[in-house]
Amino acid sequence: MIALNVNGQTREIDADPDMPLLWALRDLLKLTGTKYGCGAALCGACTVHLDGEPIRACVTPVSSIGAARITTIEGLSGDASHPVQRAWLELDVVQCGYCQSGQIMAAAALIERNPDPSDADIDAAMDGNLCRCGTYPRIRAAVKRAAALKRGEV
Amino acid sequence: MAAELQGPATSRRHFLIGIGVIAAGTAAGIQLVPRILRDPRPAADFQPHAFVRIASDEVVTVIIGKSEMGQGVYTGLPMALAEELDFDPKRLRVEFAPVDPAFNHPTLRMQFTGGSNSTLSTFDALRAAGALARHMLIAAAARQWGVEASTLRTDDGVVTDGSRRATYGSLAELASTLPAPSTPPPLKSRDRFRWIGRPQKRLDGLDKVTGRARFGLDVDLPDMLTAVVARPPVFGGRVASFDATAALAVPGVVEVKQIPSGVAVIARHTWAALRGREALRVEWEAGPGATLSTETQRAEWRALARQPGLVALNRGDAIAALRRAARTIDVEYELPYLAHACMEPLNCVAHVRDDGCEIWVGTQNQSQDVLFVTKALGIDAARIRLHTQFLGGGFGRRASTASDFTVEAVHVANGVGKPVKTVWTREDDMRGGYYRPFSLNRIRAGIDAMGLPIAYVHTAVSKPVLAQSIFAPFVVKDGIDPTTLEGSANMPYAIENLRAEVHNTGEPVPILWWRSVGHSINGFVTNSALDELAAVGGRDPVELRRALLAGKPRHLAVLDKAIAESGWGQPLPAGRARGIALQESFDSIVAQVAEVSVEGSAVRVHRVTCAVDCGLAVNPDQVVAQMQSGILYGLSAALYGEITLENGVPQQSNFDTYPILRQSEAPAIDVHIVPSDGPIGGIGEPGTPPIAPAVCNAIFAATGRRIRRLPIQAALRT
Repeated sequence: MIALNVNGQTREIDADPDMPLLWALRDLLKLTGTKYGCGAALCGACTVHLDGEPIRACVTPVSSIGAARITTIEGLSGDASHPVQRAWLELDVVQCGYCQSGQIMAAAALIERNPDPSDADIDAAMDGNLCRCGTYPRIRAAVKRAAALKRGEV
Repeated sequence: MAAELQGPATSRRHFLIGIGVIAAGTAAGIQLVPRILRDPRPAADFQPHAFVRIASDEVVTVIIGKSEMGQGVYTGLPMALAEELDFDPKRLRVEFAPVDPAFNHPTLRMQFTGGSNSTLSTFDALRAAGALARHMLIAAAARQWGVEASTLRTDDGVVTDGSRRATYGSLAELASTLPAPSTPPPLKSRDRFRWIGRPQKRLDGLDKVTGRARFGLDVDLPDMLTAVVARPPVFGGRVASFDATAALAVPGVVEVKQIPSGVAVIARHTWAALRGREALRVEWEAGPGATLSTETQRAEWRALARQPGLVALNRGDAIAALRRAARTIDVEYELPYLAHACMEPLNCVAHVRDDGCEIWVGTQNQSQDVLFVTKALGIDAARIRLHTQFLGGGFGRRASTASDFTVEAVHVANGVGKPVKTVWTREDDMRGGYYRPFSLNRIRAGIDAMGLPIAYVHTAVSKPVLAQSIFAPFVVKDGIDPTTLEGSANMPYAIENLRAEVHNTGEPVPILWWRSVGHSINGFVTNSALDELAAVGGRDPVELRRALLAGKPRHLAVLDKAIAESGWGQPLPAGRARGIALQESFDSIVAQVAEVSVEGSAVRVHRVTCAVDCGLAVNPDQVVAQMQSGILYGLSAALYGEITLENGVPQQSNFDTYPILRQSEAPAIDVHIVPSDGPIGGIGEPGTPPIAPAVCNAIFAATGRRIRRLPIQAALRT
């Protein structure tokens, strides 16, 4: 058995040590908000936080995680109150929505470490998160809006 | 059930699905309350129509027969019903419909989502259902209060006489006992709309920012197993033999079996299935597809384009006009196979039981899926239940002409006795075919001494899309598939002598509609050729378009809006240039101006200005979203997208070899909706066709280099 700290809870899983965290979250822990898109860290759909840093769950073996804290979209807030989620709703960012858990987790990590990201900061932080629906312009605006919300602006 | 396909109704009239068609509707197979919706429900539920349910706890649920794949039907269609019901759409709940004739397209008689027609084909029927419900709720209040219905009015979920108020929920039980009116209640005129035409937030937004939205891949059922399938590497290949010993030894693998499309590895979870497939040994019989390569295909098709083809259109005498033209061009435009590359790879859950088959899938093609599953299992459609999930992108791929991923999942699950989720990896998805066709187009065209086009001959070489589909008998006439030449033969530009010919190819590569279908090809061909004619004639490409669109005020208004907002003609920083394209598709008109710079083989698109006339814009912010979407989807393809074949094997398999646009590459996009009193047009697809030619025309303006082969990056490298 492998113990994982997921969204503030310790969860025990019976998994092959090589199993990527993505499949452990989705298939074993039934946390399906984290998405499979490429399996090779090429698209960012599986982005979760490991001790607050964005990682690609599809290439992270469960045996490599140890006691690090995993946060998934389900653990970001219980009620869409996180500034990134509020900004996403305010600007109606989503279309098909499939990449958005990963986009939101990447954006949340960005504004946690950078209270006022520039366009270049957004490019650097978000370039690994692909979207086929073309929500990039709204994502860019929403990241800035989320940062403003986090700074306490209304 | 929906599985008996009768083909398009002969009448183009849009039936109102509702009380107005009790008499007329029988012929179209329409029934008022579908079979599945007759399941027992609390008596207090008022369901006057298949599209709407009003419960005594005030919950109003709209049931939509269209699939939500990003394009916004989950919000826009309920808005239409809510407008006539007089109920604020933001309080609605939405459900995906079962497969039932009540949700069929009014003329194509199938339940599907495609062709950018969800809103235009259901708008009036949804409104009629809302008006019917409102009428009966008013009748219930009139009965309760003992007054004439004509003295009552509604206001956002409440019936009132000015002093008394009754909520819709409180009237639901009584309303459910009342007869439907003998004539359909009248609908509002556009000027009385309260919500339609004003931006409405997406009703799926909250579920999609919290991870709660359930896509097909997220379906989880008790005892469910997960499968992956080893498929032949070459299209048309077959299993010669396989050895499952090592696969079965992988912990978690429960079964390995051959199915028509390959060998399925069924396991307790995805990782085990993937490990099992790695251990599986399969010998393949490649078949004739193994000789296919993009290089030889290109050479063969270029030769074909110089032979006479099937004549699809011959207006005037284009050949004679070419001979007398002052200047001519004779050029070829080549477009590659393209994968749809939806962010959610293909998947489908199937549970085959003694009493029938249950399916959970993100599909655009409900009726056809059910029909093909009846054939695969040899059971009646009444024993098949299909539950539509959110689609993580569709773009046409989830409307496969063979229902390939649904039928395959049923084969996988057949005999297992438990639900089985068949999962495609990204590589499976990208190498799985059903591409936009490879297309070679020869254009011979000529201008007169004034620089105006007088002759245009298009010879198109490609595998026809609709001919592969269930619609083929109804739409393919004399070998001419209308999608091969859509947006070319019927271009809005007035060219007197126009001839269009096709060569239908038959390579064993499954092809499919890809966002905007033929328009994504012909939008590039037509708009590029016009730009070339403007250049050889020494005319401004905008001014030439204006001349050829004279007498078409909607097209001109769209063109002028894009030109005005883009700053066309005004100075740009050194190295930048603008290009224009305009395409009418799916009953909407879109013009785009791209602002581009080129350094070496690197193209940067800085800004796109887009103008659109889609008739009535039901949810304007989603019209903007779909223009942004269509532009960026088309731009990924224009810059990078290509599937190439070597020895029959696709050479691209994931986002490293099939790049798509990233955040840092996305241009600024300004979208302008041109006010219009035209009929409702499509919006999911029409944003895509103009972007590739707008960018290529800008590259020509910036560098003098004409891009005649997509993707742009590949063309610039050669």
